[in-house]
Amino acid sequence: MSGKTVLINGKGIYERNKKLLKYFRNWQLWIMLIPALLYVIIFHYIPIYGIQLAFRDYKFNAGFTGGDWAGLKYFKQYFNSPMFWPTLRNTFVIASTSIVFGFPAPIFLALVINQIVNQRRKRILQTTVYLPYFISTVVLVSLINIFLSPSNGIVSELLMKLHLIDKNTNLLGEPKAFVPVYVISGIWQTCGWNSIIYLAALSSVDRQLYDASRIDGANRWQIVWHVEIPAILPTIIILLILNMGNILSVGFEKTFLMQNSLNKGVSEVISTYVFNVGVKSSQFSFGSAVGLFNTVVNFVFLVLANTIAKKTSDFSII
Amino acid sequence: MEKAKGKNSADFSEIIFSVVVILSSIIAFIVVAYPIYFILIASISDANLVHQGQVTLLPKKVNLYGYNQIFNDPRIWIGYRNTIFYTFAGTFLNLVVTLPAAYTLSRKDFKHRRIIMSIFVFTMFFNGGMIPTYLLVKNLGLVDTPWIMVIMGAVNVYNLIIVRTYFETSVPVELYEAAVLDGCSHFRHFFTIVLPLSKAVISVIFLYYMVGHWNDFFNGLLYINSDSLQPLQVVLRNILLANEAFKGGVASGAGSGMGSYAQRYADQVKFAVIIVSTLPVVCIYPFIQKYFEVGVMIGAIKG
Repeated sequence: MSGKTVLINGKGIYERNKKLLKYFRNWQLWIMLIPALLYVIIFHYIPIYGIQLAFRDYKFNAGFTGGDWAGLKYFKQYFNSPMFWPTLRNTFVIASTSIVFGFPAPIFLALVINQIVNQRRKRILQTTVYLPYFISTVVLVSLINIFLSPSNGIVSELLMKLHLIDKNTNLLGEPKAFVPVYVISGIWQTCGWNSIIYLAALSSVDRQLYDASRIDGANRWQIVWHVEIPAILPTIIILLILNMGNILSVGFEKTFLMQNSLNKGVSEVISTYVFNVGVKSSQFSFGSAVGLFNTVVNFVFLVLANTIAKKTSDFSII
Repeated sequence: MEKAKGKNSADFSEIIFSVVVILSSIIAFIVVAYPIYFILIASISDANLVHQGQVTLLPKKVNLYGYNQIFNDPRIWIGYRNTIFYTFAGTFLNLVVTLPAAYTLSRKDFKHRRIIMSIFVFTMFFNGGMIPTYLLVKNLGLVDTPWIMVIMGAVNVYNLIIVRTYFETSVPVELYEAAVLDGCSHFRHFFTIVLPLSKAVISVIFLYYMVGHWNDFFNGLLYINSDSLQPLQVVLRNILLANEAFKGGVASGAGSGMGSYAQRYADQVKFAVIIVSTLPVVCIYPFIQKYFEVGVMIGAIKG
């Protein structure tokens, strides 16, 4: 459209110049695009091309796409290995528990923050609860280790005093405690940040709706239930569906850092397994196959989630 | 009579509502703020008192032992120096690559925008995975060089979409049309009109990218072998989690006698390390906080 604006002026006399000009303008657009495009081609598409390694035997001198074709050998090796079910189960359990408990928390927090009338207090609370999002995973896991330490961790001592855990329970080594610790610390870190989107949705609620409900005699519970929750319901549904797409993706860093010899039975997820067998033990083909399996399952879940999102709410990400 | 009763129960439910809101806010505040506050006071208190659980609200026997130890440990400073370089160079590269690309993709008169956008978006959902990427970096000869720490993640597609959407929706189209009539090139339009109007979104992705580099552990773990090139987070992990000995004390796990004595002092160093490593990010964040909502909302509109 904007290209035509130029044409109106010149009325076709400078047709050739205009073509040149247009070409030149496009050329500038390409220049601005090329660095980013080059980056994704080199660092994303070449590795995708390199996935064929999962179907070939890795040879040191045969380049990064591998040597002879091996068919599905490495996939079979993974499916038949004793680590297949544990890694799949652990990944699924950690991710789904995170969604079940981590998803409602920011909704509740946003509703609470939204009720605070005093602007200064509201700001202070918001600033505080957003903060953990910026703490690095290494520091987060150290905090977990400090507060859950069986010898003098504050949280351990508190739970022991409340008789919620036995004395001498080591929350860091106890396999049963791994998923709760992972999920609760995840909520601690991201709940505030994730509430921003709901707060934004809440702030767009028409003030007249509040006044009208007040006049109709609604109390504050009823306003939350009949005005505020309906206002954020579309956001809730969309985010819930999108979260479903992540059912088999667990952050590598946190799991890797929280892993120790005592909890490995429940903490070895697909991504940490890929790192351990692929990078550490240099089984490149096998590691690629396991990684590809994870990517494909995730991709399928995501496409499914996206299709559902599209059908139910005219919203999609792909 | 009936009416009065109704009013009473209404008052009662309003009171419960207020109580729930106030209690929830206070609990949320304490649960988030206290651990951070505790680390802060524990880092300057006597290690023995911290270990006995006597330091809860105020620091006791204030001393800077932990911080002194850090100042005397070269590993932290090497990590700090490396991460500062990776963060500055990396964030600079991020912005230089992302902003112009977002501009091109925001132009409706750019013919190929749809197909190129889908080339970018596809990488959000499908990737080669850890091993092929690692082997590529190895083949490029970038393993164990500082450059991989700068280049990796040069474009974050999520951020690219945020900026593109902002350019599309918040920079008036009329400005572009007027600029075209004046014969203004894309370069000039981008630098003199679009960028100055986009401070909010630039601040947001600047923060995202910067924090991403500062907190990056994975790339250091995967691609860097030399101690002299390790980013701060890997150094932190060695000190905080792998329990490597600090220069001043022997951190040998919860042993007895001499060992556990040293452990207490090692803990104090840990508290100080946590503060020192997190401080820069925490200092920048309040200045950009007012833009968070902008960033998150744009990201959500078309994520």
